[in-house]
Amino acid sequence: MLHVAIATRAFRRYSTYRAATLAGIFTNSVFGIIYSFAYLAVWRANPTAGGYDAQDAVTYVWLGQALLMTIALWGGGTTDDLAERIRTGDVAIDLYRPVGLVGWYLASDLGRAAYHLLTRGVGPTLIGFLVFDISLPSSPLNALAFAVSLVLAVVVSFAIRFLVASTAFWLLDQSGVKVMSGAFAIFFSGMMLPLVLFPGWLGTLARALPWASYVQVPADVWLGKHTGLDLLAALGFQVMWAVVLLAACQGVLRLATRKVVVQGG
Amino acid sequence: MAEPRAVLHLRTYLQIAWLWIRAAWQYPTSFVLLAVGNGLITGLDFVGLWIMFAHLDDLAGFTLHEVALLYGSASLALAIADTAIGSVERIGTYIRTGRLDQMMTKPVPLLVQVCADQFTLRRLGRLTQAAIVFGWACTYVDWTPTRVLVAVSMLLSGGLVFFGLFVGFSCVQFWTTDATEFANAFTYGGATVTQYPLNIFPREVIVGLTFVIPVAFVNWYPCLYLLGRTDPAGMPEAFQFASPVAGVLTMAAALLVWRSGVRHYTSTGS
Repeated sequence: MLHVAIATRAFRRYSTYRAATLAGIFTNSVFGIIYSFAYLAVWRANPTAGGYDAQDAVTYVWLGQALLMTIALWGGGTTDDLAERIRTGDVAIDLYRPVGLVGWYLASDLGRAAYHLLTRGVGPTLIGFLVFDISLPSSPLNALAFAVSLVLAVVVSFAIRFLVASTAFWLLDQSGVKVMSGAFAIFFSGMMLPLVLFPGWLGTLARALPWASYVQVPADVWLGKHTGLDLLAALGFQVMWAVVLLAACQGVLRLATRKVVVQGG
Repeated sequence: MAEPRAVLHLRTYLQIAWLWIRAAWQYPTSFVLLAVGNGLITGLDFVGLWIMFAHLDDLAGFTLHEVALLYGSASLALAIADTAIGSVERIGTYIRTGRLDQMMTKPVPLLVQVCADQFTLRRLGRLTQAAIVFGWACTYVDWTPTRVLVAVSMLLSGGLVFFGLFVGFSCVQFWTTDATEFANAFTYGGATVTQYPLNIFPREVIVGLTFVIPVAFVNWYPCLYLLGRTDPAGMPEAFQFASPVAGVLTMAAALLVWRSGVRHYTSTGS
């Protein structure tokens, strides 16, 4: 119950910035339109590139724009608060609360993600739907699987952002690591270019890394590229990374609290 | 009289910028990672384009090195503007926290202070990467003296256009302080649009990018001249030399918007 309360508060906190949200929806839509035309040109030249057709490609573009903020691809979200609290030393207060730090921030980040999904996710998708021919999930099962995949995408992304924020225990400032991590996230999530286009070993590597859970896996679930056991495997891949990375978060936290002197007096 | 004042402003700008570079150096690991990370983001961006071309012979009639010329020149123009004055994006934060009021009391023009504030060398990452791609693409261009002239004027004018877009659209924040991202659609969006051959877009979009948000002049028209190609959209050939006009006009419009924004500004009052 406590975690639901945390999530609701985070949802409300983010919903106070209305103009920022509108500006963001506008910007996501502009980028969606640019990339749609670019991908249409690519798939006009090669109609079966990466096993997608033109409609898949354009749908992929708008899914990417919808997911961009929901999974906080660039980094940030509630883990930025954590990094700031580590820098100032306020994290000491968080640490002696009778609630786990990871659970606290995860709940808060899920609340944030829910807000961003409903605004920055749904908003551009409507524009994309009006301007371009984008496809919907083919069955209720696909839609349900997409919802699960989406939550898992947020959890995996949260765990990585939490690890990045934790570097502030040692470096005091997370911003360098955050930018590096963002660079990898953009490239290996399939946000920049669908991973299905990545050739050979690079493609294999990209599809095995945790970032594939961010965009490529949810998008393929939406597009109905996984069916039957394959669908379970895709979701299992995300669950695997979520578990491994959340465990790593706990481990790093234990290490940090043992080794590090908290800032402040 | 006007000349020494501009020099003075430039010197103040550089002094403030140097201050921020030294401040950022207090966290050396972050400083280095930020520069490398920013280079990496843009570097991987180009790798993405490269991978795309593994599936294509050409994009709307343009080969990889022709698209690289478009990509390099657009990124370079954006990087020049972003390095010099990218901080103007944060104007909303300055308004909200009241820092703009402090800045107004100082004997340095507000725009100079805002642009130099939190100056960061990490943007050199983007600048370097863009220069490398542009340099590589340039080796495929059949150079003549006029083409060299057009190329130089392209980069300077492109920088001016983005300067104008950064300043002009950031001014929206004088009216709604938290709409930072609005400007991104035009600045980063403009750079993204122009890294592709514009003939992948419908004609109405090209007209809009020529007359409304003139990013087509950042690289598209001059690059057509550098590559010796006829305009697939059939726009007048004179446009290929008109980039400086577009740069100056965008910049002038932005300065007007800036002035009306500052006049409109009434502080947060606390």
